[in-house]
Amino acid sequence: MKFSLGRSGMKSFIGKRAIASGVSLVGLVVLVFFLSRLTGDPTDLYLPLDASVEMREQFRQMHGFNDPLIVQFGRYVADLVQLDFGHSLRQARPAMEVVLEAFSWTFRLAVITMSCVTVAAIVIGSLAAFRVGGIFDRIATFFSLIGASAPDFWLAIVAIVIFAVNLHWLPTSGTGTALHWILPVSVLFIRPFGLILQVVRGSMINVLSSAYVKTARAKGVRTPRIIFVHGLRNAMLPVITVIGDQAAAILNGAVVVETVFGFPGIGKLMIDSILLRDFAVVLAVIMVSALAIFLMNLLIDLAYALLDPRIRY
Amino acid sequence: MAEHLLEVRGLSVEFHTAAGTVNAVQDVSWHLDRGETLAILGESGSGKSVSASAIMNLIDMPPGRITAGAILFNGRDMLAMDAEERRAINGAKIAMIFQDPLAHLNPVYAVGWQICEMMTTHGTPGAEARRRALDLLERVGIPQPEAAMRKYPFQFSGGQRQRLMIAMALACKPDILIADEPTTALDVTVQAQVLELLKALQQETGMGLLLITHDLGVVAEIADRVVVMNGGSIVETGKAAAVYRNPQHPYTRKLIDAAPGKGAMPEGRERRGEPLVKAVGLHKHYGLFHALKGIDLAIMPGETVAVVGESGSGKSTLARAMLRLDDPDGGEILYRGRDLLAMTPRELFGLRRDLQMVFQDPTQSLNPRMTVFQLISEAWVIHPDILPKARWREKVAELLVKVGLKPDMAGRYPHQFSGGQRQRIAIARALAMEPKLIVCDEAVSALDVSIQAQVIALLDGLRREFGLSYLFIAHDLPVVRDFADRVIVMKAGEIVEEGPVRQIFDAPQHPYTRALLAASLDPDPDIQAARRAARNLEEGRVTA
Repeated sequence: MKFSLGRSGMKSFIGKRAIASGVSLVGLVVLVFFLSRLTGDPTDLYLPLDASVEMREQFRQMHGFNDPLIVQFGRYVADLVQLDFGHSLRQARPAMEVVLEAFSWTFRLAVITMSCVTVAAIVIGSLAAFRVGGIFDRIATFFSLIGASAPDFWLAIVAIVIFAVNLHWLPTSGTGTALHWILPVSVLFIRPFGLILQVVRGSMINVLSSAYVKTARAKGVRTPRIIFVHGLRNAMLPVITVIGDQAAAILNGAVVVETVFGFPGIGKLMIDSILLRDFAVVLAVIMVSALAIFLMNLLIDLAYALLDPRIRY
Repeated sequence: MAEHLLEVRGLSVEFHTAAGTVNAVQDVSWHLDRGETLAILGESGSGKSVSASAIMNLIDMPPGRITAGAILFNGRDMLAMDAEERRAINGAKIAMIFQDPLAHLNPVYAVGWQICEMMTTHGTPGAEARRRALDLLERVGIPQPEAAMRKYPFQFSGGQRQRLMIAMALACKPDILIADEPTTALDVTVQAQVLELLKALQQETGMGLLLITHDLGVVAEIADRVVVMNGGSIVETGKAAAVYRNPQHPYTRKLIDAAPGKGAMPEGRERRGEPLVKAVGLHKHYGLFHALKGIDLAIMPGETVAVVGESGSGKSTLARAMLRLDDPDGGEILYRGRDLLAMTPRELFGLRRDLQMVFQDPTQSLNPRMTVFQLISEAWVIHPDILPKARWREKVAELLVKVGLKPDMAGRYPHQFSGGQRQRIAIARALAMEPKLIVCDEAVSALDVSIQAQVIALLDGLRREFGLSYLFIAHDLPVVRDFADRVIVMKAGEIVEEGPVRQIFDAPQHPYTRALLAASLDPDPDIQAARRAARNLEEGRVTA
């Protein structure tokens, strides 16, 4: 099938979006820059307790914490223009390098989790919608509601206790082997799965009672095809929005789960950097996340236009 | 007894709803032969569509249940077949088209894909299906079939969409085509074309055509035999012409009598003195679309002015503009000599009560969470000077009686009423304002014919009683004929013809008015036959 996205319209649409997002990003960076400085001076956190006053002064001098805030900000912006995002105090290497490394972990986590969630929720939700009130529907609804309402920190800890501590099937935390992925992905899976399944089910129930599904039945189209070809594409529009939301939430840092499992992702990095006042890293995390969310939303809009020929930008 | 192509024998279907069990059809029997057109005629709730749904296995079970009967297709009982066997019949042997083609075509797939799917589902190879789809599009009169294949349903007009549905339905050369109100949502001229197409295709293929309709005119135009249904049962069946000439059952007689367009036309009243409302040079644009191109019209006190036209003619825009629900871009609207368009919101507020509107769909125009009492008395909340609160109950009861409802219905909600009753409530609500002018925008179009006749009689009686004026917007000429003093014919945002109702119906001047009149269907099969013959002659075709 061919889709004409109206290339020039698309370009100006992306352009407008980018400008709007850019303006809010600038606002955000300014806000975070000043607010994070309000938390205090990181010097004491990095130097040993018995460091002398001179050493502390020297550390401040070296990182420019002595200058007025506005001067620090000016310097930061000047560097930023040359794509220099500053240095991580904690790791003593470029902040962006640290962030991108963590982001690549989180990105993989998000892609794996959301792929599983999407496939499972769509298949199970569609089938549940086909026989509303049937036994399959009730089981699916029951578990999805539990899943959607269970707190993930609790799930994470219980999962560690059962599968790692007691059964010794899986490692408790960290990374390294494929086995390390199983627990974080499973725990992250549960909540979006419950949520998306409910959206798929609701949307699909609507679609399956529509007039064009009646036409398909009158045409003699087989039931699986009615659900997954005639129904699904129409039912996907509201679903995509929720998938995007949930994916964005993980991309933004699944803080709790990453922390519990010691997963070196962007959520954990963010928390550590805030606690240690690693300002450059905090700001870099925000910028990378913002870019990811922007691209994510763009992707959702594109998916809309691909699924529904009536939507053009 | 000879075997029929399709025979429904003693079919009974019930639906289990929250309100209890509804017997949708009871002991219904009819048959259809090859090359024949059978019409099932009935009003809403008559159960006319249920047997068709049963044939196509489209009844959801539960809540539906077939309690008795058989459906014989080529002598075999379909109700005894398994699901796969019935699926294989759907589309291939028996195909169906529906009332609202936009809703019945999948919005996200190209129409070529949807037509090809009909054939590939039943085993035609893809390339052949595509070739045949192109032929079909050409045959049903879709311009540029090659390009049309790649377009989506929303990119076609209403009439074209129904043609697409027909092309799709006929793709597998079915033995039977079921058409459920195929032209109800279409303009009259388009309706005539679609019926023409159906008939031509039937002659080409020899298929049996089962037509479900509420419209006597459609029956007269196309049906050989007719089955009249009421309340889930068949009340009468026979040759279409014979049933019309000599109806046996009182219900059939009532239906035929209710068909609009047969009564004496009102004598155009004398137009003297100051008009109640006068529009001069109204213009309205929606973006680049010029919806009203300089409309002039005048309504005298106590006069009914009808505006007729097809979709896109601007008639509803005109109705809305007259009440300033949508402000026109140019021109003036004089109400008793004062320009509505120049008024301040405060001045306009005072006048609002004089100018009321009744909309097409009472289901949507009545707030479902308000009782009838609240709906009607809201007028007096907004305009407290009309009536002191102490008298509200009494007056609501009076208005309900006036529109033919019962005073004790005031505590009910709109969903507890039928469509016709709801429209009466909407009229009572308009009357509560004691208006001088009521704008009726397709106010009877959604109603069954017998209800339509009652509502029109009600409007007419109210006019006599209160000296009301009406601006009556309609797409249906016969409805207007019995009721309007003057008729304005609109096309593409312009008035093409205007005059007293007799002049418009008896001596139409403009070709468009003539086309509208020619396309509107008469309930008399003989008149329709004569018109068909005349049409065929005009087109230089040989008539059989």
